[in-house]
Amino acid sequence: MASRVSLHRFLHNRVALLMALAAAIAAMALPLLGFAPNRLLSGRPVPLWAAVQGFDGAIALLAGLALLATPFLRPTRPGLGLTVAAGGLFTAGLVWLAGAQAAALAQGASAAARTSFASGFWVMAAAGLLTAIDAARRLGLGAVGRMAVGGAIAALVALQLASGHLDALSILKEYANRRDIFADAVLRHAMLVVAALIPTLLIGIPLGIAAHRVQAVGRAVFPVLNVVQTVPSIALFGLLMAPLAALGAMLPGSGISGVGPLPAVIALTLYSLLPIVRNTAVGLDGVPAPVREAARGMGLTPRQIFLRVDLPLALPVFLSGLRITVVQAVGLAAVAALIGAGGLGAIMFQGLFANALDLVLLGAVPVILLAVAADALLSIGIAAATHSIGLLPGKSAP
Amino acid sequence: MIDFERVTKRFGSWTAVDAVSFTVAEGEFRVLIGPSGSGKSTVLRMINRLIPADEGAIRIDGEDIASLKPEELRRRMGYVIQSVGLFPHWTVERNIATVPGLLGWPRARIRDRVTELLELLNLDPRRYRGAYPHQLSGGQQQRVGVARALAAEPRILLMDEPFSALDPITRASLQTELSAIHRRTGTTVVFVTHDMDEALRLGDSIAVMDHGRLIQCATPLDILTRPASPLVRDLVGREEWGLKRLAVETVGDRARRQESVTGEPLAAETPLHRALSEMVARGTERLPVVDGDGQPAGVLHLSDLVRPISGGTVPGGTA
Repeated sequence: MASRVSLHRFLHNRVALLMALAAAIAAMALPLLGFAPNRLLSGRPVPLWAAVQGFDGAIALLAGLALLATPFLRPTRPGLGLTVAAGGLFTAGLVWLAGAQAAALAQGASAAARTSFASGFWVMAAAGLLTAIDAARRLGLGAVGRMAVGGAIAALVALQLASGHLDALSILKEYANRRDIFADAVLRHAMLVVAALIPTLLIGIPLGIAAHRVQAVGRAVFPVLNVVQTVPSIALFGLLMAPLAALGAMLPGSGISGVGPLPAVIALTLYSLLPIVRNTAVGLDGVPAPVREAARGMGLTPRQIFLRVDLPLALPVFLSGLRITVVQAVGLAAVAALIGAGGLGAIMFQGLFANALDLVLLGAVPVILLAVAADALLSIGIAAATHSIGLLPGKSAP
Repeated sequence: MIDFERVTKRFGSWTAVDAVSFTVAEGEFRVLIGPSGSGKSTVLRMINRLIPADEGAIRIDGEDIASLKPEELRRRMGYVIQSVGLFPHWTVERNIATVPGLLGWPRARIRDRVTELLELLNLDPRRYRGAYPHQLSGGQQQRVGVARALAAEPRILLMDEPFSALDPITRASLQTELSAIHRRTGTTVVFVTHDMDEALRLGDSIAVMDHGRLIQCATPLDILTRPASPLVRDLVGREEWGLKRLAVETVGDRARRQESVTGEPLAAETPLHRALSEMVARGTERLPVVDGDGQPAGVLHLSDLVRPISGGTVPGGTA
């Protein structure tokens, strides 16, 4: 009984406890890195303790010890701030250790030798990040604050990348091999998303407005878009290939073909329409009828009612739809590589077919970062739009 | 002046307003009352062309409103609805400034007007000017709603059951304030309600509607004492008829001017039912009366309250 009472008294953060336990178990039982003579062979495990060498290793691990203490910090602003810092620094420190160890292993090994992240790294990095994210949420940080925390952690890793500290890691060796196509792939990936977004918005917003104004439009449009959403992406790409190829044969010189970016953009647009149309309509439906009635009764013109009342009040819901659309399109664009659209998906599939997991990572990590960055930016937009319509809690009543 | 001439409105096969004619004089407080579906709200919403009339003519100061742009017409009138409809994304100040902004008033004038209106509606400008609607109580929201309707100094104020959703205490204080504003500004008011007590309390005249027709249009006293139909009598109700009868006259109407008596005086504009209540509460049969300047204006006797002046008995005689 006594031990239960004392545990309750000192334990303040169950999430942090779970994460600290996961990190501790991973640190002891799972390998931090794998070291292989070349990229086709599976590596031998390198545990965490083997990687901790010298002064900087000890410093990097200090954050890990701090992480173990976080479950017992009081949920005050300094306590939660320390928890955020410990989680973030621990993750960045792990990356540092991995880079340093990879560099050490590379000395005296052949140029083909590879040092890759292993299961222990992923578990510990995830534990550190989740601890930081959870504590940031408990701190009550807004979208901007959470983005600042994420940006700070990303900056710590980016500094290591820029300084060359991580160059000996396998993923960066893959990058070095493909330096020339990598930037192109990122750009092309983003272009695919933007190219799909433009027709989506041009078609989706008017369609959403129409669905809001005329019930019959909504009844006709939403079932179709719902069905499109349920078609698996690879199947949709396949379905578009035949008609587009036929169209290209009919119009020689038009550049239309069944493979390449065009079917990808069309498929991405079809997928993106549902959240945009739905959230445009739902956002407008949510504008209270008395507000419109009062606006009309005071002599606002239909155009003024749309611009000054409908638009700002529907904006947060619309932006949530845009956020879903963008995040979804960033992910789906990776699959579009299968029909020759290029982008980061091309790098991932190269890695998959060559059984080179670090090459897969080189494609996947930027996709994740793109999605997270788009999500964060749009979250800030949503928070700003919500704030501007005076619905954000935190403004105290007069 | 608002003039309806044989105005009809149909929704499909249903005639909501059936050849209605009436006139509201400049500065009059006209209440429209009737059961739901009687067409009273439709009549109100035809005045600012939220609903277009099918037949007949509606004139304001002799000008047919069908010849005006609806937006221009509406900007000249205040409009208050039961559910208020404040813009949730705008501050109180910006809400009130809506119509002056549309009319292109200079900024400084709008600012002064907002201050003036908030004070008029008993809302501290420093505290409420920058507040958002969701931070206000229901009563405060409707105060802002009324202020917003009055912002551009309209000569006509249209109100569609504006106080029906409020608790009785808030409703009573807003009724008092509206009466005072009406007296002060001389604005013509058309006020829709289904509450006869509210109608008797506020209206200079009451128009009773049923099934799209105008049944009776008369002063509160005539509505009470000379109801034109059983429906009007039912709307008034027999319960506490005597108190309602007293409520449409003031202490000043019945005080004996030459007499004087000591005690806490009543204002001359106090309704008679309040005077009766006061007599019961104080255990007295005589109360001193003062006029608006606080000068003695005579004495009210208990017997004065039961003295019939005109139509003092219950119509139908069986209550």
